[in-house]
Amino acid sequence: MSAEKIVRSVGDLEKLRKELQNGRNTSTKIVRVCMGPGCAAKGARGVYELFLEAARESSTKVAIETKAVGCHGLCERGPIVIVEPGDIFYQQVEEPDVAEIFRETVLSSRIVERLLYEDPETGKRVQHAEEIPFYRAQKRIALLQNGIIDPTSIDDYIAIGGGYSALAKALTHMEPEEIIDEVEKAGLRGRGGGGFLTARKWRSCREAEGFPKYLICNGDEGDPGAFMDRAIMEGNPHAILEGMIIGSYAIGSHHGYIYVRNEYPLSVERLREGIQRAREYGLLGENILGSPHSFDIRINRGGGAFVCGESTALMASLEGRAGEPRAKYIHTVESGFKEKPTVLNNVETWANVPAIINEGGKKFASIGTEKSKGTKVFSLVGKVLNTGLVEVPMGTTIRQIVYDIGGGVKGGKQFKAVQTGGPSGGCIPSAYLDSPVDFDELTKLGSMMGSGGMIVMDEDTCMVNIAKYFLHFLKDESCGKCTPCREGIPQMLYILEKITKGEGEPGDIEKLEALGKLVSETSLCALGKTAANPVLSTIKYFREEYETHINEKRCPAKECRGLFSYMINAEVCTGCGICKRTCPVEAISGEKKTPHTIDQSKCTKCGACFEKCPFTAIEKV
Amino acid sequence: MTIEELVAKYESDKGMLIPIMQDIQYEYGYLQAERLRELAVILNVPLSRVYQVATFYASFRLAPKGQHEVTLCMGTVCYLKGADRIAERISEEYGIEPGGTTEDRLFTLQAVNCVGACAVAPVVIVDGNYHGNCTPESTLEILRGLSRQEEEEASAHKGATSTRRKKRE
Repeated sequence: MSAEKIVRSVGDLEKLRKELQNGRNTSTKIVRVCMGPGCAAKGARGVYELFLEAARESSTKVAIETKAVGCHGLCERGPIVIVEPGDIFYQQVEEPDVAEIFRETVLSSRIVERLLYEDPETGKRVQHAEEIPFYRAQKRIALLQNGIIDPTSIDDYIAIGGGYSALAKALTHMEPEEIIDEVEKAGLRGRGGGGFLTARKWRSCREAEGFPKYLICNGDEGDPGAFMDRAIMEGNPHAILEGMIIGSYAIGSHHGYIYVRNEYPLSVERLREGIQRAREYGLLGENILGSPHSFDIRINRGGGAFVCGESTALMASLEGRAGEPRAKYIHTVESGFKEKPTVLNNVETWANVPAIINEGGKKFASIGTEKSKGTKVFSLVGKVLNTGLVEVPMGTTIRQIVYDIGGGVKGGKQFKAVQTGGPSGGCIPSAYLDSPVDFDELTKLGSMMGSGGMIVMDEDTCMVNIAKYFLHFLKDESCGKCTPCREGIPQMLYILEKITKGEGEPGDIEKLEALGKLVSETSLCALGKTAANPVLSTIKYFREEYETHINEKRCPAKECRGLFSYMINAEVCTGCGICKRTCPVEAISGEKKTPHTIDQSKCTKCGACFEKCPFTAIEKV
Repeated sequence: MTIEELVAKYESDKGMLIPIMQDIQYEYGYLQAERLRELAVILNVPLSRVYQVATFYASFRLAPKGQHEVTLCMGTVCYLKGADRIAERISEEYGIEPGGTTEDRLFTLQAVNCVGACAVAPVVIVDGNYHGNCTPESTLEILRGLSRQEEEEASAHKGATSTRRKKRE
């Protein structure tokens, strides 16, 4: 016998929410420690444990709650700790800082000035996240509760986030068609890359013949440089589950799957816990909230194949086969998983659904551009000052994202390009910094929205090399089913390798263009169709860089080995001898305390001296 | 768990082939040929399909791994910030390529596409622990730490047995 459900009706849910909210002591001090991947890599776990220990050992009568929360966004300044009440925002908190924060802020409501964020423009230290330029220009819908609620606590989601109220509204006050109408009014488009209208997918699937109908959440976030979906899965799993349950009611499905990337074990754990709790509460399973609707979700871990982000490949993988896509002349909404009508949406798309139902499609549609509504989460990374997770209204310009939010290029270097859309996307140069970011604008620029990776590149990035990197990636990840992709990508890669080795010949660029066009026109799935984007977009905007490699055998960004050399600046060199000892081929000579020199005929351009020199006396020329 | 029990856990659903194989790998460390043959028979799927799946997905291993797992992120941002140099230095120092295991079975090196910790790139994961902002040198230092740890454990173990032996004498 299964245990008694905790929530049997909408009334029960609201009663529970009231109880939880009333049970919250407003004088309770809450310490929220960000455990997102950025903060975790900087030691947030240790910080969290010290806060727990401090609270345990303290003799104070004040109630203290220590929470491990999901990604807060400003990874650059992690680990981030926020103390309530007052929402005091501390950044770069290390283990030795814990005692001071605990004593001063938690126990005595005083501020630890030195751990506050300092606005680089005004030099003023600010206490709240909203005052930080990075957060000021953002608008959060999908990430609203991220960093606030404890992702392992369904009670937190219900009490603080108003969780499952959209589901209650949908099940009791809305017909399935009305839900689809609302999503249509919102103009929600798939956040996974394609940008297909979500409502249209749902409606086609609802109207399609065949039973059962399946519903899938694509959590196979494969684009390198993107971690938006990971942040939602690990920071607010119930938002995804709630969106999926609402969707299942709208299309008439009883079986859902979440396909999570193999590299994200914590996402699997969070979702698994979330599903377990939701079942116990009666929010998943038979007769959800006392309604006639039943729906359950299971999790499948991916096997580590990029192509499985493609919907038909993902479905093949769910069926226990190799992830090979099929042609889509029969849409998956009619015949998808197990040849039944299937709706597949990405994590972020599902996470937007509760807000649309709660606040209405009209409100959602009031944000964004004409054809791209709402907000989009981006992972802003690369050579930018403030790396992290940002959510902005569609139509925000690249400049606003990179400069106002991101704080510009790191180290005062020159901005060169921003890469969006992962390996299927392209590089957008500085001339288009003022372009608004939405689905159609990015496609016009020869790139694409993709799932939301935004990688900033500076003057030190060689565009030919980056194109080579993506093709190398795609060559490994091509499933091999169709010839243009399987054979075309290695041929393009071969030419790029030649060029970056200084063996390029006149005519190579034209060959790349012809091959790229061929591969994109004749490949079976989106992986192949977009595989040439990184090459074609860099040729389009940085053709002269290709030409310099080919004609002058020189890499202007000084990244391609062999197409630049290392020299010691005699004015800076102190003659410490470190480079001499580091050089694996004994190409460096010089007496102690006098400037050293590199014998170019022996130098293999390995760069070991360049990395080791403590005085940055070694230069690339 | 035996292969039979693992298959039963998934109600002999052929569609669950991948999760079953993931469980086998978790249980036995890698996918031994013998186990795969057994699986094909019990689940009643062609062995060729089992092998197709085993070789298609990057996360399946057909050989045992080393004592430690070293995962090097090769995502775009890590690459931009020098992950390829890290891979090169590891190869030079230990004579292994990604996918390989050191001769002394100390660690298995894996290269993955992106671990979603781009904000602290380049990232190296050692036995599940994330190390951010890595350089070739700092990574080698972490790896040297692994061998030191092993040596210490070995000598502590030796020490323990010799004291015991002394006592017995």
